[in-house]
Amino acid sequence: MNKIWLVIQREYLSRVQKKSFLLATLLTPLIFPSIMGIFLWISIGESENPSLQIIEVVDENNIFFIESSEQYAFSFSKISTDEGKKMVNDGDRFGFLYIPKIDLSSPKGITYYGEKNPSMNLISFLESALKRRIEEQRLFESGISPEAINAYRTKVSIQAITLDNSGEEKVTDATVNYAIGFLAGIMIYMFIFIYGNQIMQGVIEEKSSRIIEILVSSIKPFQLMSGKIIGIGAVGLTQFLIWVVLIGGISSIVMGYFGVQMPQQQAMELANPEIGQMMDSQSNLQNIIAVINGVDFIQLTLTFIFYFLGGYLLYGAFFAAVGAAVDAPSEAQQFMLPITIPLLIGYLGLFVFVLNDPNSNVSFWLSIIPFTSPIAMMGRVSYGVPLFDLALSMSLLILGFFFSTWVAGKVYRIGILMHGSKVNYKTLWRWIKTN
Amino acid sequence: MEILEIRNLNKSYGNQKALNNISLTIPKGGIFGLLGPNGAGKTTLIRIINQIIEGDSGEVYFNGEILQPKHISQIGYLPEERGLYKKMKVWDQLVYFARLKDMPAALAKERVAFWLKKMDISSWRDKRIDDLSKGMAQKVQFISTIIHEPELLILDEPFSGFDPLNAEIIKNEIIELKNKGITVVLSTHRMESVELLCDQIAMIHRSNKILEGRLTAVKQMFRPNTYEVILSGINETLPESWNASQVNGNTIFKIPLGQESPNSTLQMLMQYGELLGFREILPTMEEIFIQQIKNHSYE
Repeated sequence: MNKIWLVIQREYLSRVQKKSFLLATLLTPLIFPSIMGIFLWISIGESENPSLQIIEVVDENNIFFIESSEQYAFSFSKISTDEGKKMVNDGDRFGFLYIPKIDLSSPKGITYYGEKNPSMNLISFLESALKRRIEEQRLFESGISPEAINAYRTKVSIQAITLDNSGEEKVTDATVNYAIGFLAGIMIYMFIFIYGNQIMQGVIEEKSSRIIEILVSSIKPFQLMSGKIIGIGAVGLTQFLIWVVLIGGISSIVMGYFGVQMPQQQAMELANPEIGQMMDSQSNLQNIIAVINGVDFIQLTLTFIFYFLGGYLLYGAFFAAVGAAVDAPSEAQQFMLPITIPLLIGYLGLFVFVLNDPNSNVSFWLSIIPFTSPIAMMGRVSYGVPLFDLALSMSLLILGFFFSTWVAGKVYRIGILMHGSKVNYKTLWRWIKTN
Repeated sequence: MEILEIRNLNKSYGNQKALNNISLTIPKGGIFGLLGPNGAGKTTLIRIINQIIEGDSGEVYFNGEILQPKHISQIGYLPEERGLYKKMKVWDQLVYFARLKDMPAALAKERVAFWLKKMDISSWRDKRIDDLSKGMAQKVQFISTIIHEPELLILDEPFSGFDPLNAEIIKNEIIELKNKGITVVLSTHRMESVELLCDQIAMIHRSNKILEGRLTAVKQMFRPNTYEVILSGINETLPESWNASQVNGNTIFKIPLGQESPNSTLQMLMQYGELLGFREILPTMEEIFIQQIKNHSYE
């Protein structure tokens, strides 16, 4: 035990003391928020300071009217198509929309001319405006009055509330759960690959530089392998905890900043309900914040750490075995498939099944089988998962870890002393069988 | 008293026999030469002694006890293919290896400081291995082998990679360790160092032990019973078959004794002139080695 501790210390310190570790650990949590920040800043700048784009519209039907938005204004006229195109070419107009005489039941031939390729936003804005107008017109023609149409137009927004066993109600939002499950799953997937690779590189380093011969004359191969896996795992955990603290710190600063602005909006809403309605999207943001606040982050973090460690340990042993079986990193590729495939299944399963339907049969099995559960279970945890499923999945993961370490230990023990011999799956199988 | 006793040791890799019923006794103190061509089974034997691998059958005794993990700290091992952590500092590395051999931290640091000073490389303590030259790294490697003060030191080709000056330093260190009572097992192809250092040898060929004994006894065993003769003032023509040559006015040749005793040969030689020298030629280890390998290869 004493010797494993020495190995753990060495593996941990030799990595944590590197400058690259410090940089990656400090910069990563800053990169994502800063990219988001830049986008936000740009979009805020655009909406606060819109250079109004004027679009010329010619409507042969005389029924269309498009309301100007913050960004686009519409000028209606009866000019010819060529004149319209010329206005665009001369830069007098941002774009030119031509609506020929159309059959309302199947409108065709509506054309937009612009100097620049129009954004998806603009096109869908125009499409929905025209569509709504055509629908209204057709409803009107079939005898429904515009007042009736307006009266029937309804806006629906579902607020989802989950009831836990104690009957307590909690505001939830599938989007938020999706995002949390998605992020947690991807993080575990990446952690396993990044730190698994570090294990493999470390084993190959010791093997190819022949330190291994000296090491195994002092310490049992299994102790050495375990020490390395645990030490590198501790590095990953350290990095993760630093990120949690940093992201927590940064987001509370950001939240604080938004929090200052929020009451102003609420005050405006009270003063003028109409503005309040216009600010529908902002209140949505508040809803999201409410949902985020409703997520049990302590439980989430604890399960995340469990599955992060469990998945890492399970696969880490395999990475160590692969490193021991080869002489150089370039040869490792041939044995990566049995590691990559189950990880990819977990990863794809997370997106295709678990996040979309966390309670389906496939999702259940993906989150139970130890090879996929570290990634797949994170998708279910964010939606809330029955205690039994969680307990079953966790115990199987622990069993899976013992199994993978046992198998990997056998390959490792023999592999590290083999130099220059061609190793294939058959040899690996023979190594596993030997006592 | 023997530090290591090996009894009927066998080891196979698949169908290939690496050690065939090897028995060896390595006495305490002194330098024991483990000889044999490449692939003879030396490395397998050394790995078994270091408990890196296990034999299929047979026993190994260390100081009279069955070899077991607790003995690891009493054995030092310098493998032929050696290496150190390239990114690790000399100091950290040596302390790490000493502690892996069960040395308490404080003592390990003390010993590392002592050895760095003794080898005159204290100024390297904070250097990383990849900043050192190959010879410098080998010195660090040698220290890592003996840092935990083992009773038994196993050196596999210890001089490879050293320039003559550093090889001399290492050779003197080995002799000094021997004088302190440490047993050294020296596995090497360099017969001149065997000749110079070893008290006892064993030779392994094709997984079998083909020779074992004290160096002087082995040499006696293989003496060709031939003498070197130096004569001056020749008064009679020498027989053609003696193949005599002239060096500095003296006549020098070798004469096989056959059934004759040295004394009767001496009397016979005196007739030819003034006898300046009469000395038995002992074979060099190199010659014995090559001869033995050849003999056993045709069996």
